[in-house]
Amino acid sequence: MTIHLSIVIFLPLAAALIGVLLGGRAVRWAAVLGSLGVLGYAVAMLIDFDSSSGALQYVTDDAWIPQLGIRWSLGLDGLNLLLVALTALLWFAATVGAAFLGVTRIEERPKLFFFQLALAQSAVLGAFLAQDLAVFVFFFDLMLVPFYFLIGAWGRGERVAATTKLVIYTLVGSLLMLAGAIALGVLSTPSGGQISFSLAELAQRPLPEGTQLWIFVLFALAFLVKMPAFPLHGWMPDGYRAAPLAVLIVFSAVVSKVAAYGFLRIVLPTMPEAALHFQDLMLILAVLSIVYGSALAFSSDDTRLVLGYSSVAQLGFITLGIFSLTDLGAQGALMQMVNHGLVVAALFLIVGLLAARAGGSESLDDMGGIASRAPVLAALFLIASLASLAMPGSPNFVGELLILFGTLESQIVFGVLACSGVAMAAVYMIRMYQRAMHNGIGAGVESREICRGELALLAPLVAVIIALGIYPQFALGRSEATVLGKVAAVEQLRVPVSGGVILPGAQIPEGVPGTPGAPLGPQDPAREPTAP
Amino acid sequence: MKAPTIDYLAFAPILATLGGSLLVIAFALARASFVQRVVLPGLALVSIAVAAAFAVITWETGDQTTIIEGALAVDALALGFSLLVYAAGIGAIALSLRSEIARDAGRGEYYALLLASITGMTILVAAENLVTLFVGFELLSIPLYVMCAAAVRDERSLESGLKYLIVGSVGSATLLYGLAMIYGATGSTDFAGISAAIGTGVDATDPLLLSGIALAITGLAFKASVAPFHQWTPDVYEGAPTPVTAFMAVATKIAAFGVILRLFDDALLSTQLQWGPALAALCWVTIIVGNVGAIGQSSLKRMLAWSGVAQAGYLLAGIVVGTRLGAEAVFFYLAVYLLMNIAAFAVVIARERVSEHGDGLRSLERLGEASPWLAWPMTIAMLGLAGFPLTAGFFGKFQLINATVSGSYESLAIAIVIGSMISLAYYLRVIAVMWMSPREIEIPAAPGRASRKVRPAEGWSPEAGAAAQPEVTAVAVLCAVLVLAIGIFPDPLFDVARDVGSSLAGFL
Repeated sequence: MTIHLSIVIFLPLAAALIGVLLGGRAVRWAAVLGSLGVLGYAVAMLIDFDSSSGALQYVTDDAWIPQLGIRWSLGLDGLNLLLVALTALLWFAATVGAAFLGVTRIEERPKLFFFQLALAQSAVLGAFLAQDLAVFVFFFDLMLVPFYFLIGAWGRGERVAATTKLVIYTLVGSLLMLAGAIALGVLSTPSGGQISFSLAELAQRPLPEGTQLWIFVLFALAFLVKMPAFPLHGWMPDGYRAAPLAVLIVFSAVVSKVAAYGFLRIVLPTMPEAALHFQDLMLILAVLSIVYGSALAFSSDDTRLVLGYSSVAQLGFITLGIFSLTDLGAQGALMQMVNHGLVVAALFLIVGLLAARAGGSESLDDMGGIASRAPVLAALFLIASLASLAMPGSPNFVGELLILFGTLESQIVFGVLACSGVAMAAVYMIRMYQRAMHNGIGAGVESREICRGELALLAPLVAVIIALGIYPQFALGRSEATVLGKVAAVEQLRVPVSGGVILPGAQIPEGVPGTPGAPLGPQDPAREPTAP
Repeated sequence: MKAPTIDYLAFAPILATLGGSLLVIAFALARASFVQRVVLPGLALVSIAVAAAFAVITWETGDQTTIIEGALAVDALALGFSLLVYAAGIGAIALSLRSEIARDAGRGEYYALLLASITGMTILVAAENLVTLFVGFELLSIPLYVMCAAAVRDERSLESGLKYLIVGSVGSATLLYGLAMIYGATGSTDFAGISAAIGTGVDATDPLLLSGIALAITGLAFKASVAPFHQWTPDVYEGAPTPVTAFMAVATKIAAFGVILRLFDDALLSTQLQWGPALAALCWVTIIVGNVGAIGQSSLKRMLAWSGVAQAGYLLAGIVVGTRLGAEAVFFYLAVYLLMNIAAFAVVIARERVSEHGDGLRSLERLGEASPWLAWPMTIAMLGLAGFPLTAGFFGKFQLINATVSGSYESLAIAIVIGSMISLAYYLRVIAVMWMSPREIEIPAAPGRASRKVRPAEGWSPEAGAAAQPEVTAVAVLCAVLVLAIGIFPDPLFDVARDVGSSLAGFL
């Protein structure tokens, strides 16, 4: 029992409140120090983390609302460790960028801005760390409030309409999930038993399949809207265009991952039968997201929308990995969540730099030839673009490969269809790079090199991307033990369905304790003989 | 004939407000400004405080009895709902202090009527007998008819009072008819007697009994503004002086749901299978009608009226399920509803006194910069009504959905969710106006010059600031802080709600 995770959650909020009380420059410094503190904590936990254990670490478990059976239950394991680190890193970057580097100029009401930004970080961290379903829902819904303000008050263009649309879309999903979460807690309570929302407890109290099905639909809607996935992405274009850049960085890079994470953390362990039942539907949505997102990404001229639609496609890949319902797919999905967060944050920062050089326009039509006097910027952009299209050597390559392996293993048709997405990613990313950096010099373009402050913000992100590409084992090793456990519930169900052709049941008990923290390499050969 | 014995300690809360009402009227004969401006509201506040203190003392002893030959119940349900009514009354007095209405109508009469109405509400929620129920119902209503018309120089206020009188009388008549039929069917005016009769002599499907229940529902639905008996609500709320609207919106709803809870979940619980589906249908209609009606309202008072209709629908869901959890959820939600609405109405009052837009949505424009002490309470109230986390509204909805799912009325959980979705459209609009309005305002074209956009000068007129109406701001801030506090630590209120729920004996 430790208090560390509670500190991590409330540190940004507390720092921002102190800043608000002090006023003046202190507002910015307090916000930056708060997010720096979380980053420090995250790095310490990355080092201290025990990779060999799939169990929760740094567990906090206190009574919060006994009448409703809600406990203040937090924990860190392989599933959320990397995502917490990602949140810490990107929020630090966004806060520094907004406070000092002019990624978004905050001249009006800085107190409110940095308070809301910190509140958003606290809410996201809370959602990632929650081990009680009600606490998760609490933070998941809370996330919307600060983003409503951040986009509505500091955004551009039709900001109020955009932020209202965003909140209504996503809160519709969230409210359905609220009903689903309560139903899950109430209906799984054995008669005479005490109601509990603890995720570990819920996984031990399986519901009948019919009930699982409708609750699954409620959860899936909430998560798919948040991601966003193909038919539910209506809020995305307006929201992305209106959001201030510093907010957009964390929103697109981190908030969408909360939804994908929710599938792995909540849906698969508590509703395994429903996950299996809806597997095909989810895979179809995933493939549609990939195809649709890619197609719109290479027909769009607004750089923000290119990245926005590419995110739809990337999150399609992540959904594909999760609902391949295999260890490999889930591992790849988790890896890809981190990669996509890093890459898209770097690319949005670059969009800001490009716009500054193209007379304030973010349209590809007004860009071109920016590389001419900015070789370093061009190099960083190229690295991020290549990572985004999953070039071998980038961490995204590892992530997408694992996802595709997992999908081909269980659902070969969807795997083949998804492979086309990899090719399309190359098209739209290279098109964007080329039209912005090369081609003829645009009318309003003034090419200049990246300045020191901007470099200090962008270079570390790119460095992390490169480092993960060289040594993906850093991420995989830490997440492996937990991820295997989360998919196990579904895999056990599938054995009779697939008649033992895929994944014989004997492998699962062997997989969990047998490969604690073992690198991916040794695990693969173990799988090889059983897979065909 | 022997007069009934009365336990005066248990009866003291009701006597305190009733006596306060008479005292206020007597003191009002002194025309001195000090008496009028300070003593009268002070007396009213003191009498409510005394009543609340007696209620708490009686509650502490934990006895569950009936007094005056079973006419009034003294239990956690009656005392809990009474305390909510007292809170609403204190809020209404604070909001009326600087109001011109109290002066126009005569301060003595105004505060006396307010106290009389509070007395009626406390009798209503304690009623253990159909006759007491009706007495409380009328004592609640008649002073309110007058108070709605208190702004005697304002045509809309007079219209509002008249409309409320006519609609309210129809409601009262319907209720009385229904109560008579219930008495006719069961042969008892006593709740315990009715409950016992339905089990033994009278069939639960007896047509006379069911018609009586239907008419009683209708009468009470008028008061609680449950659709389709809600049409008067927006007009009356808009026309009535805003402090009266605030009191009416909150206290009447508390009293109405208190008596509905006791009548349906205690006396008539054994016929739940008969009235359950009918009330569930009303619940659906109310949630949808209220939320859809609120969209597009440009008057804040009308918007809050429609939102009140919608909230009545959510509350009804807690009644329908007929379980202890449902009763607890209703009490919890009413307490939260009280805080959120008083906060919102306080801000409306503060703004309508200084803004050219009156109670229009535009009166809140850029309030976030101009006076954050008013903007934050309004923001918290709106987020709370919409059910966002960190506010008490989240746990209110959580508990209601919990009750409906546990009571096997999953469809009502869906109704609450759908209603909340629709409600975002208008709650968020209020927040957007306060925090996200454009900074430029357009100066209309003068002859020979084009219209242009300028930034308004910083700083507002002195009377617009929060400091000019400290008591209104204080009410708003206090309520908002409580909404947040309960939103983070709802435990104490859940304990109280559990106590209130436990006083209904009929649940399994």
